[in-house]
Amino acid sequence: MAEGILCNRRPINTEEELQTLLADKSGKQYYAEMNELDVDTEKLEATLQKTLKSRLKTWLEICAHCGLCADSCFLYLANKKDPEQVPSYKIQSTLGEIVKRKGKVDNAFMQMVMDTAWSKCTCCNRCGMYCPFGIDMGIMFGYLRGLCFSQGFVPWEMKIGSGMHRIYRAQMDITTEDWVDTCEWMAEEYEEDWPGLCIPVDKENADIIYTVNAREPKHYPEDIAEAAILFHLAGENWTVPSEGWEETSLAMFAGDWEACKLQVESVYDAMHRLKPKRMVVTECGHAYRATVIEGPYWAGIKTGKTPIESFHYVEWVAEALRTGKLKIDPSKRIKEPVTYQDSCNYIRNAGLGDAAREIMSYIAEDFREMTPSREHNFCCGGGGGLNGVGRYREQRNIGLKIKRDQILATGAKLVISPCHNCWDAIRDLEEVYKVGIRWSFLKPLLIKMVEVPEHMKPED
Amino acid sequence: MYQLYQFVTGPIAWMSFGIFFIGVIVRAITYIKGLNWQADRVTYTVNVSYGISGALRSVFFWLIPFKTRSWRVNPGFTVLFFVFHIGLLVTPVLLQAHNILLKERWGISLWSMPDAMADVLTIAMLVAALFLTLRRIALPEVRILTNAYDYILMLIAVAPFITGFLASHNASCYDFWLILHIITGEIMLVAIPFTKLSHFVLFFCSRAQIGMDFGIKRGGMKGKGLAW
Repeated sequence: MAEGILCNRRPINTEEELQTLLADKSGKQYYAEMNELDVDTEKLEATLQKTLKSRLKTWLEICAHCGLCADSCFLYLANKKDPEQVPSYKIQSTLGEIVKRKGKVDNAFMQMVMDTAWSKCTCCNRCGMYCPFGIDMGIMFGYLRGLCFSQGFVPWEMKIGSGMHRIYRAQMDITTEDWVDTCEWMAEEYEEDWPGLCIPVDKENADIIYTVNAREPKHYPEDIAEAAILFHLAGENWTVPSEGWEETSLAMFAGDWEACKLQVESVYDAMHRLKPKRMVVTECGHAYRATVIEGPYWAGIKTGKTPIESFHYVEWVAEALRTGKLKIDPSKRIKEPVTYQDSCNYIRNAGLGDAAREIMSYIAEDFREMTPSREHNFCCGGGGGLNGVGRYREQRNIGLKIKRDQILATGAKLVISPCHNCWDAIRDLEEVYKVGIRWSFLKPLLIKMVEVPEHMKPED
Repeated sequence: MYQLYQFVTGPIAWMSFGIFFIGVIVRAITYIKGLNWQADRVTYTVNVSYGISGALRSVFFWLIPFKTRSWRVNPGFTVLFFVFHIGLLVTPVLLQAHNILLKERWGISLWSMPDAMADVLTIAMLVAALFLTLRRIALPEVRILTNAYDYILMLIAVAPFITGFLASHNASCYDFWLILHIITGEIMLVAIPFTKLSHFVLFFCSRAQIGMDFGIKRGGMKGKGLAW
């Protein structure tokens, strides 16, 4: 059965394979090889038989074709209500067909399935809230991505991403040494302004183990410093693990379930090793979803919970403000209109809408909700990995229109976005549509607003 | 004609009801047995109280018109949906003629509604069915999903009501419409376990499942419960 050198059914497991794939700029050769990739129909049928159970089968079967899911999908709305963007149609014409044909599908069909699964659905799960049967097409697309991955029909960046997790236990090529060095460097860099600031690595029995998104050490190391400053000001006994510090999961976006398991287990191992009381995750939506919400299931933990209790950053901030560990200087609250981007992964899919509102009540004087908001909010436009796939850049940009219009309707020029994916999407929507908005994580805003006790200020 | 009547209300009726009752039970059991905590990523048997409350909320919210945001943002559809389903479920159970039959055969009966009310429910249900069908044709986002199967199912669902209505209002061909009514009713009963009409029971299964998903895993333990 034909397979390419770069595009094949095998996941990336070695540094060498990873480098070869990375060297193929924009995946040119990779996608060319994809045209020759055979579908292993027997394997596909066997996988369906083994994994397509009650829930998915029933969803596919009982869909009443009522079309109520149409308006729930931001991609349908952004694409001028193109009927081919109706969630039910998207899943019935892909997964539905594969099931109907018992896996006997060809290359062209699988490429169509891949394009649909990654460019026409961000797995935001909003449709599941609008279907009378509760059919969650985001979940079905997640499953479909797994089928695509096992057949090698996966966007180039996603294959690289899952390979990164397999090799580095991080979505980027950051070694343990790189990570620890970055923490030390940031602590040194900011120590002058914040006397006593440190980033404790591998401290046992801390109250908090803090875990991040690999983009932070790679591209925004100041984010780690900001987290450290806020923990320092709040007087937290905290630590970061030298290994198992990465919360994200491009493997989840890729549908590489084996790599998902490897990744979250590295974090759970750190919990067992360092015995902290609880975990706090950085301002990232899918990272929290992957490691805290879905991860225990990948790892086979029967309680469905992480080994220690885990919190999203917004939960920690809300708690710190509520208990007075962090105090906001009233004169420094945000005066201008400001809105909040509810991330699908920790608001709709993890119930943290209240924590976000609680924070806003402390820091903003003119907080404007988007419409709709909270669990019903629309995806930023770049979730589920869509931000990161070059092949679908145009489709992604079209989808951003919905978020653009939602933000503009609030009248706010500042968008608080405690999620890396949303943050990127909103940055890109400003770049594409130039509507004059700004966007921010919570940390830099909080640092500007918190009261700093005298003894924590630098001596002049 | 009498023999035919005896046949369709005797052995055929028994068979239809048997297939219907056993069928829906089998569908429900198969569904539940096919759930898998790790594949579905929901700990059905561990965090049970959260699961039950999530499931009940999920079913309850959707059984009440305009209780969910989806019902509220689609008011026209919501009205059609509830009129259609209430007519479909209530009319046959509380119809005087059916209860008389039940009394004659088994000596039991439920409260019956006045015939005029049954007429209203039937006509309303048929009108709703007509508009639901027109909606399929008129709206591009529904048309693209629609296939012949959807129309056949609608026909199966409305046939007993059209024939029943005609039987009770058309004395001249009473026997003809009555027999046809009984047969179409039996077709619907038999079709329920084997077609999409299985949502008669699977609606509750599917709603309970997604309710448990949100109740146990996706925020139910931290939030106040999903605002459907």
